[in-house]
Amino acid sequence: MFRPKIIGLVCNWSLPPEASLTGPTGIRGYPKMHIVQVMCVGRIDPAIVLETFSRGADGVLVIGCHPPDCHYVEGNLQAERKVKMLKKLLSLTGLEPERLRLDWAYSSELERFAKISNDFRDHVISLGPSPLAGEDPDFNILLNIEAAKAATEDFRLRVLVGREKELTEGENVYGEEVSQEKFDEINDEAIKDEYIRNRINVAVKRRPLSVKDLSKLLDLDSRFVLRHLVAIRQRGWVTVDRVEGRSPLYTALEVRR
Amino acid sequence: MRDKVGAALVVGGGVAGIQASLDLADSGFRVYLVDQSSSVGGVMAQLDKTFPTNDCAMCILAPKLVATGRHPNITLITNGEVVGVKGEAGNFEVKVRKRSRYINEEKCNGCGLCAQKCPVEAVDTFNEGLSAKSAIYVEYPQAVPLKFMIDRERCIGCGTCKEVCKAEAIEYDQQDSEATLEVGSIILAPGFEPFDARLKGEYGYGRFPNVVTSIEFERILSASGPYGGLVLRPSDGEIPKNIAFIQCVGSRDAHLGNNYCSAACCMYGMKEAIIAKEHVPTNLECAIFYMDIRAHGKEFDAYYERARGEYGIRFVRSRAASVRENPATSNLQVYYVENEEPRLEEFDMVVLSIGMQPPKDAERLAKALGIGLNRYKFCQTNPFSPVETSRPGIFVCGSFSSPKDIPESVAQASGAAMKAASLISSERGTLTTAKEYPPEKEVSDEDPRIGVFVCHCGINIGGVVNVPEVVEYVKTLPNVVYAEHNLYTCSQDTQKKIREIIDEHSLNRVVVASCTPRTHEPLFRETVREAGLNIYLFEMANIRDQCSWVHMHEPEEATQKAKDLVRSIVAKARLLKPLKKPIIAVTPTALVIGGGLSGMTAALELAKQGFEVHLVEKEKELGGHLRHIHYLLGSEDPREQLRSIIEKVTKDERVHIYLHSEISDVEGYVGNFKTTLDCGGEKTEIEHGIVIVATGAEEYRPTEFLYGADEKVLTQHELEEKLANGQFSAKTVVMIQCVGSRNEEHAYCSRMCCSQAVKNSLKIKELSPETDVYVLYKDMRTYGFLEDYYHEAASKGVLFIRYDDERRPRVTQEKGILKVIMWEPVIKTWIPVETDILALSVATIPNPNNEQLAKLLKVPLSKDRFFLEAHMKLRPVDFATEGIFLCGLAHWPKSIEESISQACAAAARAATILSKTTLEAEGAIARVDEDLCSGCKFCEAVCEYSAIKTEEKDGKLRAHVIEALCKGCGVCGSTCPMGAISMLHFTDDQILAQVKAALKEEAKHD
Repeated sequence: MFRPKIIGLVCNWSLPPEASLTGPTGIRGYPKMHIVQVMCVGRIDPAIVLETFSRGADGVLVIGCHPPDCHYVEGNLQAERKVKMLKKLLSLTGLEPERLRLDWAYSSELERFAKISNDFRDHVISLGPSPLAGEDPDFNILLNIEAAKAATEDFRLRVLVGREKELTEGENVYGEEVSQEKFDEINDEAIKDEYIRNRINVAVKRRPLSVKDLSKLLDLDSRFVLRHLVAIRQRGWVTVDRVEGRSPLYTALEVRR
Repeated sequence: MRDKVGAALVVGGGVAGIQASLDLADSGFRVYLVDQSSSVGGVMAQLDKTFPTNDCAMCILAPKLVATGRHPNITLITNGEVVGVKGEAGNFEVKVRKRSRYINEEKCNGCGLCAQKCPVEAVDTFNEGLSAKSAIYVEYPQAVPLKFMIDRERCIGCGTCKEVCKAEAIEYDQQDSEATLEVGSIILAPGFEPFDARLKGEYGYGRFPNVVTSIEFERILSASGPYGGLVLRPSDGEIPKNIAFIQCVGSRDAHLGNNYCSAACCMYGMKEAIIAKEHVPTNLECAIFYMDIRAHGKEFDAYYERARGEYGIRFVRSRAASVRENPATSNLQVYYVENEEPRLEEFDMVVLSIGMQPPKDAERLAKALGIGLNRYKFCQTNPFSPVETSRPGIFVCGSFSSPKDIPESVAQASGAAMKAASLISSERGTLTTAKEYPPEKEVSDEDPRIGVFVCHCGINIGGVVNVPEVVEYVKTLPNVVYAEHNLYTCSQDTQKKIREIIDEHSLNRVVVASCTPRTHEPLFRETVREAGLNIYLFEMANIRDQCSWVHMHEPEEATQKAKDLVRSIVAKARLLKPLKKPIIAVTPTALVIGGGLSGMTAALELAKQGFEVHLVEKEKELGGHLRHIHYLLGSEDPREQLRSIIEKVTKDERVHIYLHSEISDVEGYVGNFKTTLDCGGEKTEIEHGIVIVATGAEEYRPTEFLYGADEKVLTQHELEEKLANGQFSAKTVVMIQCVGSRNEEHAYCSRMCCSQAVKNSLKIKELSPETDVYVLYKDMRTYGFLEDYYHEAASKGVLFIRYDDERRPRVTQEKGILKVIMWEPVIKTWIPVETDILALSVATIPNPNNEQLAKLLKVPLSKDRFFLEAHMKLRPVDFATEGIFLCGLAHWPKSIEESISQACAAAARAATILSKTTLEAEGAIARVDEDLCSGCKFCEAVCEYSAIKTEEKDGKLRAHVIEALCKGCGVCGSTCPMGAISMLHFTDDQILAQVKAALKEEAKHD
């Protein structure tokens, strides 16, 4: 039987005090879930989640306190926004976004905690092993995750995810309200653009490639590939290595971000 | 009536508006320059190269942008638009609305950190949408003013820019504002709107990615453009193997109502094809689909010949019918008809040469200003007042008056500046500011005490170079008594601090290590001067462009290099000497050579501004070429205009006319010329500050087509004479174009002959509608709005039949019957036509006296033997030698209105000198040690500016520098075999000190 490897990123204040979920209380959590305890799920850096997947986790379960409660005011809601962004990114990488789940529990809700864990386990079992698990991970998805991770490390997505709350719930610097739709539109565009740009960068780090090569590799219209190459050339990430026939080949530059 | 105001408003900051502003500001008037966008520069800033010299557009424009931005008498109002005008010529009250930039222009240093951190992207309109930019942006890196702006449409208001801006320049609450300006005259230079190629749906623009407009293609060609100068297909980033250029997109198109010709597209199309071929490393085929090649400007036909010959560009005489895309390859199929055969050809890319439309808000502007527009909604003007709008006191230049290229826009801009200045010449100098400085400290005898200021430039430098470490290092260098680092050394508060530190530490040399001296040296020189130091005691090290930017990923090496750069410049600074800028007195008098329309116009304009003018004409009467013109296209009466201008010139007591006179000798230099005139054998000497060459041109006397052998063969002027004097009678008239032009003897196009043929054809049809008129032409070059008359002639039944060099018409005469045998290209056969009159459109040829005059004035001629200006694009009426200008047919064949514009332009350029009592020359110039000079004249031979002369002194030949003319290039110094010439501020010692220090560390404590 498939026994998935699940990492639980759990808030200190959500984690039931019973140290072992398989202990004498008789309520059985999922023994294969490895809990990594943090003080608040707000701490969870999207890059860490993506790294966890690239190391072969079959699922990542994030558990924080029920909103609106949070030991640190709103760390849980920050985590929610980050998970939302991560799921959008995962859907671009080819790894199932359902392998990541966010849920809420209080430390007193041992039963709920166990149920959340078990339900997630069952769902991950239904998905099967991660393509990145085992001896022979799917190399393409691995590169996709690497690109997604780089995208979450760069300023653009960090600024947007960091600003989401004050923009959509309060006023922007002009004293205007920014609707969630308007924010999502800009944010989604940024997520997509930054993922693809980083994916191109990951690809040309390995060897010089043309627009056509990249278009085939990423299954993306060559027009858009070129536009993204223009953007990252202006950022100083890539340059033209050489021209072969009628195709310029692009290569990555060492960048200090 | 209230007093006039010594200020002018210029609307539009493209190359025309910039030129007009500079000319006015340099002639003693305050200028407000309003532009709708966030920076000046206009469309020229987007161009890659310019025809016919293939100069880099930005490289030649940037100095003008910088000069405009820092001119003490020019106030830039960006994001502005004129909303209303009250008052009258000489005294207007103009309301200007300024859109908020959301940035404090005083505080923004243009460092760009905000744009790097902005999370929102917008379409980069400067790159024509081929790339993205941040929602906080400058249009392009060289933008003037270099102040960022928030794209309020895209900005989501996240506040990041404010947090990262170290200059505290972001102001989200900045509101739109309105200002009322008091000005005496107004110049309109709002430019043009590029034609929207989507309106020509058959060419697929907007649907097919590989169909691009010519402006997009400029960006594609540009090394600073989206593709880094590689020519790429937008569909797949591949280098194309062939490109089709489709001309007249949005021009000469009755269906769209744009009947006019946009006048520049033939040339820029060829230029883009040439540059594309130069950029593509492998073979690239270019084909240009055209109706007529209109290469009517100076040396344009030579460019056309190069495009065809040297570059192998294929010219297809056909208006392309449509373009379709092969969806599998994104290649494009161009459908067209050539030689009556339908054809289809596949290309990798298609470039649409889009025409010029009137500016988008032309109607609003016209209403706000109360001026008239023509039928195409360009500004209404008139041939004898080409820079005047329908409202007195409001003038126009550039493509708003008619589509035109850059040199004509620049010339017209100077012309408009002249008119604007004449109106308010009584108020010259009343609103300009002359700055007061403290006396200069005497520091020559002191040991060097050097202060060094190292700039972080936000994080531009500081993010890579360890600036504090550089400062600590600099403190160890000999003679450095003070060093510090600044977030922005260029900010206002740092200037104050620098002045204080100069005093406090008794500094006598100052070094700034920051960005480029090109933009910032004037600012720092100003600062040290305010602190009582001579400006030449300042030096700069460029540790941004030459260090942190190029070594972005090697911080340690970059820090070391910054130290090396500063050490080297400090070594030079130790040897700096204070220099004096020579002051040259100006004789406020002009000499105008040539009494034709151009010369008279220039003379009158200068006289109107209060300057004395000597007008020299070699004939016995004034009028020149205009005396042979009886009527024009349009309703204006040239005879009346000629009479009126001669009367004005004759009556004006400031204009001294010398008829039947020639120049026999010229001495001196700008501000101080002495010229000897030969007035019918009698010598007269005059003193003057400037020279305007307006000596006109001549008409070619044909030897071909039986001219002179059969009295039915006339030139167009002779035909015009007959038509005007009621002596015309003919059943058939045949006209042959390009007689004496575009051939081996005169390779160039004489520009006006096509319109002249159209003019005479229309006159014939008016007087005698039943007369058959044939015009045999190579290309009809009725550029701009002249195209309307070509249309009118065709619609009145004038037959226009094309010939090429292989099938030139032949003329025979037998028993008094004159026959023209012409090739009919549609039915593809030779047909003989019996004609009563054969009119030859003869070439305009350079004045044979040009050679002699050029020698006297020491100015060059072009290879066609017309006078050659300082720069074909941006200095169309200046010679390289200061104080000498040119206009009219002496420069190139041109129309009446172009001659008038150019004459006014020459006068405006001259006025920038005559309006000053003294000129301040450059201080860093060559100096001759007379004891060492051997009088060999090598220096004289290499000087491009005639600024060094060898003359006898105390019985020996000695070179001496004419300070007023020396530009400080130093070529003479590096040529002198005796080591007698030193180049001040760049002496051998100073350069070698820099080199030695660059190669060897010499820190005090090593």
